[in-house]
Amino acid sequence: FFFLSRTVEPLEYYRRFLKENCRPDGRELGEFRTTTYLFSSGSITTADGSALVKLGNTTVICGVKAELAAPAVDSANKGYIVPNIELPSLCAERFRSGPPGEEAQAASQFIADVIENSQMIVKEDLCIANGKLAWVLYCDIICLDYDGNLLDASVFALLAALKNVQLPLVTINEETGLSEVNLKQKNPLTIRKHPVATSFAIFDDTLLIVDPTAEEEDLATGTVTIVTDEEGRLCSVHKPGGSPLTGAKLQDCITRAITRHKEVKKLIDKVIKSITPK
Amino acid sequence: GVLERSREQLLRQTCEAVVLGVLHPRTAISLVLQVLSDAGSLLSCCLNAACMALLDAGLPLAALFCGVTCALQPDGTILLDPTARQEQEARAILTFAISSSERKVLMSTTKGSCSVEEMQQCLAAAQRAATTIFQFYRDSVRRRYSKS
Repeated sequence: FFFLSRTVEPLEYYRRFLKENCRPDGRELGEFRTTTYLFSSGSITTADGSALVKLGNTTVICGVKAELAAPAVDSANKGYIVPNIELPSLCAERFRSGPPGEEAQAASQFIADVIENSQMIVKEDLCIANGKLAWVLYCDIICLDYDGNLLDASVFALLAALKNVQLPLVTINEETGLSEVNLKQKNPLTIRKHPVATSFAIFDDTLLIVDPTAEEEDLATGTVTIVTDEEGRLCSVHKPGGSPLTGAKLQDCITRAITRHKEVKKLIDKVIKSITPK
Repeated sequence: GVLERSREQLLRQTCEAVVLGVLHPRTAISLVLQVLSDAGSLLSCCLNAACMALLDAGLPLAALFCGVTCALQPDGTILLDPTARQEQEARAILTFAISSSERKVLMSTTKGSCSVEEMQQCLAAAQRAATTIFQFYRDSVRRRYSKS
């Protein structure tokens, strides 16, 4: 009697489970892994805002540091948001130390696009004095354990960290022209929209599974990531190649993404409420 | 920079989905795209160029693909193949790579936000426009091989 090995024939092994509409880790095709996150205002005490997010085994930490800079000449009333995703060699065997690989760079670009498309932070809100001083938010997202679905975890970690940021009040002294930072008076950032990402892996050109693990991502023939905001608007439909999908299948992904958004929003609200008496 | 890396990833994975790599083991296919001038809809132009180059090289493909850019203007109208100026004024820009088999979506990337209905309308418009582009491929290939 022929015994299918997970390491010798991983695809056949997976197909056996998919036929029964489930996956080796016991989840259904549309089920997410347990999402937990900690954002005690001191996941990282040296950062202005931070959050640690775990999606099953995938662990991502985001730290936000705010610095002051002069705004660009052509956008004198706008600050800057600079996201950066790092996939250090400690998170998975496939990543080597050295300059960022293509996956990290593409992911960083994706996060920058999500921030821009969703308008979660409006750059004009970061301006302190037109043409003279503005905030720069450096958002560093570091993956500590890579088990698939990096984009969902990163977007969530970024959102949680930004909600945690307290910016000191900065005024410009009229006489000296220098900036004065009042560390005693801190205000949270104005976050206008709450984008949430939902990723799917495409198997054998037809099956869509939600929240893929690293193993599933390797066996998949394509991925789709949908980012929605609380009004049900699409901030990003990111399908970087891979198996072709019909419009109907894409719509199915979008509907599931909108449902997922509601779950994640509830999670965020719950944790914020538990730390608010500050 | 990161933007180029991101574009490269999109193009590479789109081509990987159509090229029958199984027929060419231990082979590297190198696709080099040089932007001569950018007057809007750059990504879909790159996709079209990539597909035509793959055709010209005679590589075995599972399907053809074409790139279509849709711009959603502030008043809600959909504009296909926008110029740089129209892209700047649009409130959302959606780029799709449409496959020649059943007009399925191979690649999708969006800039700005839009409602679900608007996205579906843009996708439908892109799928209709794909027919015109595939006809152009057919005519170009016919012209090329009719000389020799």
